[in-house]
This record gives sequence, structure tokens and C-alpha cells, in this order.
Amino acid sequence: MSQKKPLEGIRILDLTVVWAGPFATMILADLGAEVIKVENVNVWQPMTRGGMARPPAALLKVSAAWAGGTPGNEPGARPWNYNPTFVSLYRNKKSVTADIRKPEGLEVLRKLVAISDVVYENNATGTMEKLGITYDWLRAANPEIIFMRVPAYGSTGPYWNARALGVHLEAVMGHQLLKGYDDADPSHGTAIFSGDYMAGAQGAFAVMAAIRHRRKTGRGQLVEIGQAENASPMFTQAIVDYSLNRRVQTTIGNRDINGRAPCGVYPAKSPGTAAQQLDRWIAIHIEDDAGWGALREVMGDPAWAQDARFDTNDGRAAHHAEIDRHLGAWTREQDDYALTHALQARGIAAMPVLEASRTFDDPHLRDRGFFRKQRLENGEVYEFVGPLYSMPETPIEFFQGPVALGEHNEYVYKSLLGYSDAEYDALLANGEIGMDYAPGIS
Amino acid sequence: MQALDDITVLDLTQHIAGPYATKLMADFGADVIKVERPGGDVTRTLGPFLDDDAHPEKSGTFFFLNTNKRSVVLDLKTAAGRDAFDALLARADIVVESFRPGTLDRLGLGWDHIRAAKPGISLVSISNFGQTGPYREYHLTDISLYGFAGEMYSMGMTDREPTKMGGTAALFESGAAVAPALLATVMASELNGEGQHVDIALAETHLGGVDRRHATAIAFQFSGRRTLRVAGAAGGMPQGIYPCADGWVDFTNAALRPDRVDDMLGHPEWNQDPIFVKARTRGALPNAEVIEAWNANFLVWCIERTKREVWAEARRAKVMCGPLFTTQDLFEDEHFRGRGFWHEVTHPVIGTFEMPGRPFIMTEGGWAIRRPAPLLGEHTAEVLREAGVPATTVATILAQGGAR
Repeated sequence: MSQKKPLEGIRILDLTVVWAGPFATMILADLGAEVIKVENVNVWQPMTRGGMARPPAALLKVSAAWAGGTPGNEPGARPWNYNPTFVSLYRNKKSVTADIRKPEGLEVLRKLVAISDVVYENNATGTMEKLGITYDWLRAANPEIIFMRVPAYGSTGPYWNARALGVHLEAVMGHQLLKGYDDADPSHGTAIFSGDYMAGAQGAFAVMAAIRHRRKTGRGQLVEIGQAENASPMFTQAIVDYSLNRRVQTTIGNRDINGRAPCGVYPAKSPGTAAQQLDRWIAIHIEDDAGWGALREVMGDPAWAQDARFDTNDGRAAHHAEIDRHLGAWTREQDDYALTHALQARGIAAMPVLEASRTFDDPHLRDRGFFRKQRLENGEVYEFVGPLYSMPETPIEFFQGPVALGEHNEYVYKSLLGYSDAEYDALLANGEIGMDYAPGIS
Repeated sequence: MQALDDITVLDLTQHIAGPYATKLMADFGADVIKVERPGGDVTRTLGPFLDDDAHPEKSGTFFFLNTNKRSVVLDLKTAAGRDAFDALLARADIVVESFRPGTLDRLGLGWDHIRAAKPGISLVSISNFGQTGPYREYHLTDISLYGFAGEMYSMGMTDREPTKMGGTAALFESGAAVAPALLATVMASELNGEGQHVDIALAETHLGGVDRRHATAIAFQFSGRRTLRVAGAAGGMPQGIYPCADGWVDFTNAALRPDRVDDMLGHPEWNQDPIFVKARTRGALPNAEVIEAWNANFLVWCIERTKREVWAEARRAKVMCGPLFTTQDLFEDEHFRGRGFWHEVTHPVIGTFEMPGRPFIMTEGGWAIRRPAPLLGEHTAEVLREAGVPATTVATILAQGGAR
């Protein structure tokens, strides 16, 4: 007999945007919660279902793949259902539309709150309050509700209403000055949004902690994730170095933070150039003298590697750039995967640096059955990267494809809220709900 | 009362990812019994150390990652060590381990043993590539994990090598991803009265996690497009990283709200130049000459102000911006101090120092530090006695080095 999913019976209203919130609710949906995304056909939420509701084809073509790479590089019908970032975060969720700026729409939300366990939001500070959605309002609708909020810098203090995306949190947490080349200024680096990963994963954890607490006490609660605070432990080594030793760490490029050498990213035999996105690289990390000896053997012990200066870690660290030049000249002629297997056979932590499209060709991930097929509204079937965990008795299934705007209107209005067919049809006819953004929304 | 104070975790993990996940459990109330091998968790050998003294009780990284845990040193290769393991197992709600796949089985303590010894309990195994598949024995460190499974390829300049994130950020992300799985596994056991052996591959926590990579993979399937590695230098009105008087500031998509930019700069006339108006029309494509002209004013405005001054103006005008803080800036910043983020912890060897506090604020049942990171084997005798291990066995284990 199949077991119940860990969060079976938990209903979550998803008012999240961009990445940090949707990642949390994706994890919760994977674990069995019913996640209902409440959307509005009259309001465009930037950077959630894409940059624009109806982006011009020319703009898609000059955007980065992850933002503009829609099917066939065309906007197509309902482009909001195909934004790559969106579809990668919205499996296993449901979507309902309601114009919560209007009293009737807000009443729909209130009725949903009354039959839900959690409301999760990570909008710009003040957005919920402007709509009248406060913790008190939610509690009046459902005294046991758990309200998750993810303000960038927390709801108190001088920065409480600072506008921020992930990239700004990275800056304030110190990440921008701890990553990137050690011989170039920070404008030569690329934005990354690691704080969204941390807030999403720990937000899912927070929801479960609050649910357990409610089971013991009968009380729901307000939970606040100050996103910069939440994610800063990613840089524990730099933080404790300052706390303990008052030392300010700066970027070390691709070196090992614990000084084990060599550690870097080296060129591999490439079928094309970086501009063609066909350059290949391999990450190699030597952790001790035995690893260095093994690397020498795999290289055929060339004369340069026999240099006694490189026999100890201290020596290798002191002459890291020199080793990098020699090593890179050798790796440049090697196939990244063949070299990975040869080095791993000797216990060396080496892996190809994969451009995303190559993930689908990896034999290990294929053997694990990691990828999952999902059919989209256009009828096409695509392969998606798989779940974060393998839980054999409560398996994570991809039972619902990336949700189309308003896909579950009928289920939510009729089955959950008990609207009659006539009431539902009237909402449809008035354009109050639907599966398309209003014509004026660009 | 803390939210997780009714959960006992038998924690066989070491280094960063596993311990960060079990730290979250412990900091929200779980009793985490940290089983260390003789000699201890490898993180005890990894810095930064207090005063750069590479002493096993002076690792700041260990000091942060192991708050609220109790340390028991067991040599699982000995009969006494395995007996003690079984006694701890009998009182645990979940077992979590991060040995190389197959290691627990070889010790006779694998899933078959655990499920037979304590029906209903679950085992969570954390490994680099999972318990199955051709790479199951492969080794990973932060850089190779991020290179293979994260977004490294697109990070950096087109004509140079890709770069990793700061520190060992990828391993901390994995730890954050493991934490909900631990709690979900406990909740599933409670719900079903049955256990399971959960398999978490660090590689899959990255491939499946939020990061441009997950979106780029599906974009390739949709459109055949791959990722370009390109640096984020100033390239909008404004957009990207700009120099200022004492460092750098980062702006994003500010051109979407030129009214706010005008308010921030105090020079609404700058944006009125027809070439800028045209550049802001819907669907207009980026144009290097326009950007250069726009920067002529903006770079001067930035360079006349400190990063905190630029950010203050941006916050006032609701422009999306962030100053590039050093760790010292973050540590000293009055906002985070005022919110009580930094938490002082007193450790018997390291002394009293601040560390990052609560990852999130629960109104009740939330985060608390009840004890500092344990000394190696500090709780061996205490925990084994609680578990009903016979005094003679405890003595044997202590003689084998279980006190250290």
C-alpha cells in the first residue's frame, strides 16, 4: 500500500514572486502539499511569468536563454506559460485567478485562507499591506493560519522597505566581493542569486517547523525570513574569520578556501569557442600530497611536475599560478569527461564544468533516471531536471506540469469554494477570471 | 518549547552540508546526537581558526555549524561502538549519514540493519552523486560540485575561465536543501508509521534547485539556445555594477522606473534627452552608445558618493540597488545589529564571539542557542548513559578514545 506524502492534507496559498518564494513552494508541493498560486489577469508580476506578458520576439532573441528562450524562440500563444524560469519552478502547483485589488477578489482570497494552512508571500515590502492583506486580516479569516513572509532585509530596521532582488542581497551579504576573479574588479563577475536558493530551501523548512509547532500547540503564527540574514551563513568562513580574527576576506577566484592546491578550472578540448557557448572546462581540486601524486601519474609524470617545489601543499600553493599554466596546457588537449573519469578513478575531485544543455547527456544522471518528462499546454513534451531528493516510499512525482495561468479556476471556484456553474460563468464572462492576461497588459 | 524539541536525530554526517542541515534541526529544538569518529569531524581541521591556531577545538567553521549538538565519539569498527550505535538508534527518530555509499553496509549498520533494529525509523543518506549510478563512488568538493551541477559555466568573462561562488557556498546551499528533507522524512514516518531510506545526492540538490541552471536547461529544450558567459559590468540606465567613492554599487532594471531614477539622482533633466527617451520605449534593444552617453552623468554622480550614500538615495527613491559590502561592512552594519541578527556564543575553548543568528524568525517555538558547538566527545558518557548503555561498555568506549 502506498504511503502518504509527508505534507499530504496541507494546503498552501502561494502569493510568491520571482525565485525565493516559488522555490520554497515547489519543494513543499513536491513533498505533497497542495499549493495554489493566486494570480491576477489584470496585474503583471515582473520576473515571475517572465519579464513581460507579451514580449516582442526581437527582445526575446537578445535576452539570455534562461529569460528569453521560449519554444522556438517565439512569444507564441500565452507566452506567460513558457518563460523558462517560470516553468522550472511551477510543477505540481495549481493556479487560480482573482483580482484581489477589488473587494470581490479579496473575498475570494479570504475564503481560500479560511480553508488553507499556510499563506506564503515574498513581494516587495508594502505590497500586501496595500492590498489589505495583513497577518491580522488573515487571522480573522483563519485563526490557525501560518503566514510566511520574506522581506529582503526584514520588516524592521532602516532597510525595511529597500527594494531588492537577489543580486542586491548578494552585494549586501558580501558575496559580490567574495567571488569572481582575484585579478579583476567585481564588475568583471556575473550576477548569481544564491540567496534565493537559501531562502527557498530554508523557507520550506520553516513552513514544516511551523506546522509541527501548530500540531503541538494549536496555534498558527507569523514567520519572517529576512532574506539577507537567512542566506549570509553561506559565507560562514568569511564571517567567522572576521568575528574571530577581524580579518576581511576577499575573493580567491577558483582557489580552495582551505588552501589546498592546486584547485581551479582548466580548459579542456573544446568543439568551439566561448562566444559559440561551445568551450569546455574541467574543475580539478587536489586535496593532499597523495592526490598530487595521482595527478602526476595520470599526466604521465611530466618533467615540470617533478619539481621538488611542488612536493608539499605549501609549495604548490606558493606556486599555484605556475602549476595552473602547466596543468592548463595539458588539460587543453584532453576530453573533459575522459579526464574526469581518469582522475576520479584515482580519487581526485574533478568534474566537467557543464553548460546546461550537456546535463541531459550525462550517463550518471540518465542511469539515475533523474530527468522527468512533462507535457505543456502546447502539447509538446519536454524533459525537466528532476527533484532534489529520492524518497522511495513517498516518491516525489511530477504529477502536474508547470501550471498555466488560471488552469485550476474551475477546481478552485467550484470544488473548493462551492460556486455554482452560473456564478462561475458570470465571473468568466466579466473577465474577472480567465487564462489570459487582460488585453492591456504588456 | 521549540518547534522540533520532540525530535531526536542520530547524526553521522560531517563537513558542511550534513552538519548545516542538522544544525537547523538542532537550533529549532531537536536533540542532535553527533557521532564523530575518533579524531572527529573533518571540519575540526578546517579553518578559519581562532588566531590561526589549527587546533581541533578552534575551528570557527565548526563553531558555527554544530551549535546545540551533543558530541559522541564512537569507533563504529569496534563491537562496543556498534553496540552503542544500536542503543542510540533505539532512542532516535531519524538517522542521517554522509559516508561514501556502501560504508554503513560494510560496518553492518546499513539500512537493513537499521530498519530491523528500529522498525518505523528512516535513514537519510547524503552523498555526492547518490547511492546508485556510475558516479556513486566519485568525489566532489565545492568547486567540482558547482562546476558540474550548478551555474558555474555562465559565471565570469566570455574569454576567461568560469568562476565559482564565494567560500563553499554550494555546500551550504546543499545543506539548506537537505534540511526540509530531514523534517519531511520525520513527518512521513509519523504519518505512516513506516520508515524509508532517503537518498540525497548533492549533485541533484543543485541540478534540481533554483539557480539559472535549472531554467537554462529547459530553455535549451524549448529553443536550442545555450548559455553565454558574460560579465555584469554597467550596461543600462542604470543596470550592473558601478564604481563609487569607496567601492561599488549594483543596480538592476532601474530603467523600468525612470521616475524613480530621476528622484534618486535629483536631476530629472538628465533622462529627458530624446535618445534616452527612445531607449526606454517598449521593446527597444540595448545600445552601447546610448549607455555610454547616459553613464557620462551617472558615473560622476556615483563617484561623488560612498556606497552607503548611493544606497540611501536609492532606497529613498525605491530604486533597486545594493552596495557591495565587505564582511566587515555587514558585520558592523547598524541595520542587522539593530535587528539582533548577530548572536553571541560562549565556547569553552574559543571564548565569546558573534556568529550569524536565526535564519528566520518564528513568533513562537523558534530558534535558540542552548549550548555551543561541542568539544570532541564532550557528551560521550552522558549520552551513552542516557541511552542505557551498560557502564562497562561506556568504559570500554571511553578507553578507546570516546572522550576525545
